[in-house]
Amino acid sequence: MTELQKTTAAAAPQSAPTGDPFLSVRDLRIHFDTDDGLVRSVDGVSFDLHKGRTLGIVGESGSGKSVTSLGIMGLHRSKRARISGEILLNGEDLIAAGPDRVRQLRGRELAMIFQDPLTAMHPYYTVGQQIVEAYRVHHPEASKRQARARAIEMLDRVGIPQPDRRVDDYPHQFSGGMRQRAMIAMALVNDPSLLIADEPTTALDVTVQAQILDLIRDLQEEFGSAVIIITHDLGVVAELADDILVMYGGKCVERGPAETLFDAPEHPYTWGLLGSMPRLDRELQDRLVPVKGTPPSLINVPTGCAFHPRCPYAALTDGRSGSELPVLAEAAPGHYAACHLPAAERHRIFAEEIAPRL
Amino acid sequence: MFAYIIRRILAAVILLLVVSAVTFAIFFLLPRIAGETADQLAAQYIGKNPSPEAIAAVKQNLGLDQPLYTQYWNFLKGLVSGAEYKFGPEPATCHVPCFGYSFKNHLEVWPELSKRIPVTISLATGAAVLWLVSGVATGVVSALKPRSIFDRLSMGVALAGVSLPVFFTGALLLTLFSYEWPILDNLQYVDFTDNPLMWARNLILPWISLAFLYSALYARLTRAGMLETMSEDYIRTARAKGLAERKVVTRHGLRAALTPIVTIFGMDLGLLLGGALITEQVFSLQGVGQFAVQAISDNDLPKILGVTLLAAFFIVACNLVVDLLYALVDPRVRLS
Amino acid sequence: MRRSRTVALTAAAAAAVLVVTGCSSSSKSGDSSSSSSSSGGGGANAATKNIVNASDKKGGTVTFEMKGTPDSLDPGNTYYAYIYNFSRLYARPLTTFNPAAGEEGNKLVPDLAESLGAPSADGLSWTYKIRKGLKYDDGTPITSKDVKYAVERSNFAPDVNSNGPTYFHDLLVDNDTPYAGPYKDKTGDLKSIETPDDTTIVFHLKHPFADFDYLVSAPQTAPVPQAKDTGADYVKHIVSSGSFKFESYEDGKQAVLVPNTNWDKSTDPIRKQLPDKIQLKMNIDQATIDKDLLAGNAQVDLVGGGVDPQTQAQILQNPKLKASTDNAYGGRLVYLAINSKVAPFDNVDCRKAVQFAIDKVSVQTAEGGPIRGQIANTVLPPDIPGHQDFNLYETKDNKGDEAKAKDALKACGKDGINTVISARTERATEVAAATSIQAALKKVGINAEIQQYPQGKYLTDSAGAPQFTQDHNIGLMMMQWGADWPTGYGFLQQVVDGRAIKPSGNSNLSQLDDPAVNKMIDDAAINPDKNAREKIYGDIDKKVMEQAVIVPLTYFKVFLYRPDNATNIASTPAFSGEYDYLNIGTTK
Repeated sequence: MTELQKTTAAAAPQSAPTGDPFLSVRDLRIHFDTDDGLVRSVDGVSFDLHKGRTLGIVGESGSGKSVTSLGIMGLHRSKRARISGEILLNGEDLIAAGPDRVRQLRGRELAMIFQDPLTAMHPYYTVGQQIVEAYRVHHPEASKRQARARAIEMLDRVGIPQPDRRVDDYPHQFSGGMRQRAMIAMALVNDPSLLIADEPTTALDVTVQAQILDLIRDLQEEFGSAVIIITHDLGVVAELADDILVMYGGKCVERGPAETLFDAPEHPYTWGLLGSMPRLDRELQDRLVPVKGTPPSLINVPTGCAFHPRCPYAALTDGRSGSELPVLAEAAPGHYAACHLPAAERHRIFAEEIAPRL
Repeated sequence: MFAYIIRRILAAVILLLVVSAVTFAIFFLLPRIAGETADQLAAQYIGKNPSPEAIAAVKQNLGLDQPLYTQYWNFLKGLVSGAEYKFGPEPATCHVPCFGYSFKNHLEVWPELSKRIPVTISLATGAAVLWLVSGVATGVVSALKPRSIFDRLSMGVALAGVSLPVFFTGALLLTLFSYEWPILDNLQYVDFTDNPLMWARNLILPWISLAFLYSALYARLTRAGMLETMSEDYIRTARAKGLAERKVVTRHGLRAALTPIVTIFGMDLGLLLGGALITEQVFSLQGVGQFAVQAISDNDLPKILGVTLLAAFFIVACNLVVDLLYALVDPRVRLS
Repeated sequence: MRRSRTVALTAAAAAAVLVVTGCSSSSKSGDSSSSSSSSGGGGANAATKNIVNASDKKGGTVTFEMKGTPDSLDPGNTYYAYIYNFSRLYARPLTTFNPAAGEEGNKLVPDLAESLGAPSADGLSWTYKIRKGLKYDDGTPITSKDVKYAVERSNFAPDVNSNGPTYFHDLLVDNDTPYAGPYKDKTGDLKSIETPDDTTIVFHLKHPFADFDYLVSAPQTAPVPQAKDTGADYVKHIVSSGSFKFESYEDGKQAVLVPNTNWDKSTDPIRKQLPDKIQLKMNIDQATIDKDLLAGNAQVDLVGGGVDPQTQAQILQNPKLKASTDNAYGGRLVYLAINSKVAPFDNVDCRKAVQFAIDKVSVQTAEGGPIRGQIANTVLPPDIPGHQDFNLYETKDNKGDEAKAKDALKACGKDGINTVISARTERATEVAAATSIQAALKKVGINAEIQQYPQGKYLTDSAGAPQFTQDHNIGLMMMQWGADWPTGYGFLQQVVDGRAIKPSGNSNLSQLDDPAVNKMIDDAAINPDKNAREKIYGDIDKKVMEQAVIVPLTYFKVFLYRPDNATNIASTPAFSGEYDYLNIGTTK
């Protein structure tokens, strides 16, 4: 239960489980040197995650959510990336660890599934070959036969029919949903403690989406691993996540348990996201009420609150939102938001203007 | 897969037939349309002072008085089963594949042409191995460290290689290593079976000059291909599995980046086998290309026809091999 | 009868050039000194006067290299001067040219024959006695019947041995039913060649022909045993009568000659049989040939068209290299033919206007400068016996004279002319020369449009087809001419004899048909006295120039390099200025 006070981050959330978190991210910053200037893709993000729990990271494209996940995986080791902060996995700082150590953990302790299962799988190798490869990297002692048996077992586990035959198929012979199941099988082949799913359902059609999400949930229960789901779609995390972290302009703007965040969102940006969420239990009105405006440049991040140019309520902050960086403050127990609007004002606006439209 | 191979081979054979018909038409039909008579064609076999009797004799001997489609049929027949002509006291057999007789010295085209093939194959394949290895290696290293000194340097050299014609680099190498410092002097083609060492020694300069041009091209191609594949999602997946970077590059990156290169390689090799004109000229190698140049400068139709078909054969054959390889490499091709 | 054995060289001759020092009569000075010979380098042009590096040293390998391939090494199937020259190593014609430099090289000597031919009183038969004890390389004896057979196969089977000229076919009396050649008519023969015994051969002519000794110097009279003749394939197994025989022959690649052990020095006063091996490499890049010559790896460029322009520049900058070069006449005239049948050039004064207008110096520059050719004012080049030096249309420094040209034009009754100049597309220098002529003509009011035609059909379809020139108003034609043998007849007959005009393949481009000229040609052809003949040829030259139908531009020259390690090097006008290949040895 560490209380962390950093410039922009408030204390880590009070999570339901006790004990040390399995993954603890502290003030993570990932910046990239480019010819146009320094891109602050992730700029001081902190969160904790316990085993068996699911964290949803939500935001628009360019908000830094994918960069965060790749940062955890240690896949930003190019010369142009500047990474600071701490990523503690079971107490071991991945940022300080050597690349080889991170590579050993990658795929074994940390696994990841990606948005588009077609492009994420190598077109020239069979599904089985790719799963076997993933297994044998971390189980060099396993024979090819053992590895193949394991691959078939995993394909079976993720619901591929006739896995002993499909194991020799190429990715292009699988349907989209099957491919994503195969990706999941590949990610879970080494029983990882942490699974990061980066937009796992975006490229799939709606009925398949639900199946995949169900699968992830089932598997999490079975394996007991920690899961991070990254998405721009609050609908996805609504079904899965225990906690939700909303990112904007490389920063965390709101964080809290899923129920409170959905019932009483604090940040105007979160309101926007909620408004753009299609809901099956309600008649579609404008289909999407997107957050107006475009995501901020990560090179010239707006001063003050990065969201203020798009925020319909910026005028209500006495100009603070344009000049002063809002800090994450606890709005409710375990629920944090970074907004200059007075809490009362926020609650009033949400109750009067936002909630009825959702 | 087997059906696929049969299909491709059949297609290649048909393509060759079409090429032969078109070539035949270009060389024999077009002049006819343009007003050349069978007599004039026959006269080309005779040279000075073609008498009417001599022309009649040649026309009859070569069947030039027959309709063109019969001539084409006879030509095809000659290719597969040989033919018999009379250019001396006794009838002579034109052996399979019979491409006919040279206008200039009345010798069979094919035996002379076929003697040139080992030279060109030696030149082309040797150079191909060199440029493939050096070009791809350079391209991969450049792509893995874009904008590094190695990258900039090798791409600069590659640009020079692409821009410098063989007749420059070849002549330069020849001047330097055959005459200025005669460590590789007296270059002439030696058969591999006669003396493999001399074979390689005498071909190394042509190989280098040809490979310099092509490896430059391939380095750039590989670099571009690698840069593209290394940013593919499946490379990220491979890394996410915890694969060592070396394996990511070779097993996943290079494998995919090489596929288009294999296609281009097949084309290039096929073209070269049809004759590396300039290289053969510069290094005085008596290969297919030089044969073609000589045939054209002599306006020796049967030879031109023969060498054209041979070149077409090499290109078609190389493309066939590439197609089959492609199917082997890229499973997505197999079913389509 | 178009002269093609050196014409092919022209294409290759993007070559050659050096400052001309000697005037046209310089070769005369070679007369006395040519029998003597110098050893050592000898300096520039030494081999045009003497045999350079004269030596009897045996052994070594002499390497000939050539660009491209020859038409054939078969002595009965070739028309290239360099194969005429080279083939004498393995094929002895009845007569041949003396292996010597300069004018001495133009002399005919008996070769297979004991002596030059004996014409009958009426000039209609020529008799030769061949030497005794002659053998082929396989040891079988050579008889006069083999000479007869060689002439039959080379002249009467044009569908098999197509490359050579057919002078014998045209000149010898044919059978009552035309002789079909030895391949088709296996039992018959040509009756007009008689072989009363194994050493005698008699040729019966349709009309007297004084140059017959020159005619039999062609390799077509070198003996071929009928039993060994396989037609077109004979080139692969040539039977040797010379000092060398074939060890191997690979078409398009190389030929290797080794000493013929059945050749007997006592039967041969001119051959030396020096090297152990003679190698002929074909299809060698010209730049490589030049480098091999400079490095001494090769002794001779077989084609003899001269070095590459690049090599030429390199040599000219280096006095030491330049001392080993020869800038020799190639027995050829570069000229502009004026079409006397296309108006207004049917008027001699209009032709004279062209003669005066042309700036020959700028033409010479366009042709590649003085190394490439010396400015010409006569039809006969200096290396053809009978050449006389004169200039009927003198202009200051040969740069043309506008005033004289305009006067001539006035005399012709014109103040301007529109016409066409034809040139061969593939010959860049020819087109360049035509362009400079065009510019000079324009100054005097003659507008000439340049039309280019492909060289392969220049003489058959365009410039050499009188009707075509008529239809296309081609009044002026770029042309080059060399002789098949170095006599006035060999040079002049085809280009100025009115009876040589043909509807296609015409070489008398001017279409000059002057009874006086025709008669002089006939007179010379039957005149048995060589000096008298040569006098007549000089007179014909003058007569033609009076008619102004030919504008001589340059006497073509080649620029050859001779390696120090090559012996017995002599540039001979008999073979277009090439070195004589008969006795070249090496000190290597």
